[in-house]
Amino acid sequence: MRLRLAVLLLLAFMTLPTVVVIAVSFNPTAILSFPPAGFSWRWYVNVLTYPQFQRAAWNSLVVTGGAVLLALPIGTLAALALERARLRGRALWAAALLSPLVVPGVAAGLGFLILAAALGLLRSRIVLVVAHVALVLPFVVRSVWVSVRNLDPALERAAASLGASPRRIFFRVTLPLLRPGLFAALLFAVVVSVNEFVVSLFISNRVTEILPVAMFNYVVNYTDPTIAALSSLFIAATFLVIWLADRFLDLGRVFLQH
Amino acid sequence: MKLLLLPAIAVLAVFAAALTALFRWSLLEFIPGSLVPGGYTLDNFRAVLAPQYLHAVRDTVILAALTTVLTLLASYPVAYALARTPSRAVRSTLLVLTLAPFFTGAIVRTYAWVLVLGNTVMTWPIPMLFTERGVLVGLVHFSMPTMILILAAALSHIDPAYERAAASLGARPARVFWRVTLPLSMPGIVSGGLIVFAWTLSAFPTPELLGGGKVKMIANVVKDLGLDSFNWPGSAAFAMLALALTLALLAAAGRFTGSRPA
Repeated sequence: MRLRLAVLLLLAFMTLPTVVVIAVSFNPTAILSFPPAGFSWRWYVNVLTYPQFQRAAWNSLVVTGGAVLLALPIGTLAALALERARLRGRALWAAALLSPLVVPGVAAGLGFLILAAALGLLRSRIVLVVAHVALVLPFVVRSVWVSVRNLDPALERAAASLGASPRRIFFRVTLPLLRPGLFAALLFAVVVSVNEFVVSLFISNRVTEILPVAMFNYVVNYTDPTIAALSSLFIAATFLVIWLADRFLDLGRVFLQH
Repeated sequence: MKLLLLPAIAVLAVFAAALTALFRWSLLEFIPGSLVPGGYTLDNFRAVLAPQYLHAVRDTVILAALTTVLTLLASYPVAYALARTPSRAVRSTLLVLTLAPFFTGAIVRTYAWVLVLGNTVMTWPIPMLFTERGVLVGLVHFSMPTMILILAAALSHIDPAYERAAASLGARPARVFWRVTLPLSMPGIVSGGLIVFAWTLSAFPTPELLGGGKVKMIANVVKDLGLDSFNWPGSAAFAMLALALTLALLAAAGRFTGSRPA
């Protein structure tokens, strides 16, 4: 009983900020108040009509789209090699591929900034795409690797013995069987890239900045609830993604039994 | 088959090049007013020990330690419930509520705390926003999902037969918990603690927004020097410090659990 009460209180602590953000986003006045003094969509209108957010949303689409399209095939091939190639030091390769995960964002961000400056690429979104590929790759490799490990090679041998070419086996047998891993990889890659902030802050400017960076700059400069409205849109999208993931993947299996 | 690794190695090479550039610049002399550095020097690392910056390093370590302890205490009950509930619906709900902040970006989560701590919801008896207390609350909230997942994984690996055996021998539930469950979940506590400590050492958005320039952790100094003062060499030295601390701690976490970090 006491445990149940403690868990409820802790869950309330965890969800409190989300509830407050959503409530504040409908506040009719620019001065923040809770509970809201009325109901208004004006901050949502503000989000959709603020030119800098429109530009940042487009940048996010380009950067995340580009990074995910590159990271998915790169990570899938790497996962196949990690499981199946005759590789010396397999554990070391795996650790190397997952290593960007453990590098502090400010270190990676400043490193990419210095590198981009040396290459004269500071005004370009290419640096952002490359950095995002490196940051989401560990998630892709891990997700796909789990699926490769569960894949029974007998199925591919059966296809080969029935006369299928290696290319046909890959596209008709291997890839379809990897679908759960690929779906999880896609989900993680999109979520990580869309929300990436620290590294992106270092390597973007007003023209190339993605949404989280634009939101940060807005929070630093203004205090009205516009960011609450944009945050609420992010939260709604997040719940939709988790709900989808829970329907199509068993989240408990993904997260609790490694 | 080995060739399939090549594209991934190319990506890693770019990442390594960025970190190498960072390391090289941390050893170059900063010339104020110029983006072109001078020759090799250790001055940037000596600057880390200057009083104003040493203060930030000390604050960082204290905040990270407090965050780790509070996160452990706050996460354990939720992780326990998550690992042990017989109901699939409860498990699903707990998991979604745990994962939601995990999937929500740092800015969204931190901004939410700006609202809560900034006397929007309620008036706090003591100032919270732009104080170390406020930053601590934000850091604990930020670390909880990670800790809950690590602890729940550790707890779900414990065979309930041990607890049943202790209970059947007459141990009361509290004794079963302290003498059986808690010791068996130690690997999760140690690796979760080290991972949260390491991550908090390089926390950036939380102290940046909730500290409002009054609370400086290592990552905030990196940003101030690198993006505001254009002192890339000095900034790089602090970034190298954050990197070294994080890697050392994660290596320790890996040694304790004998497995991969995170």
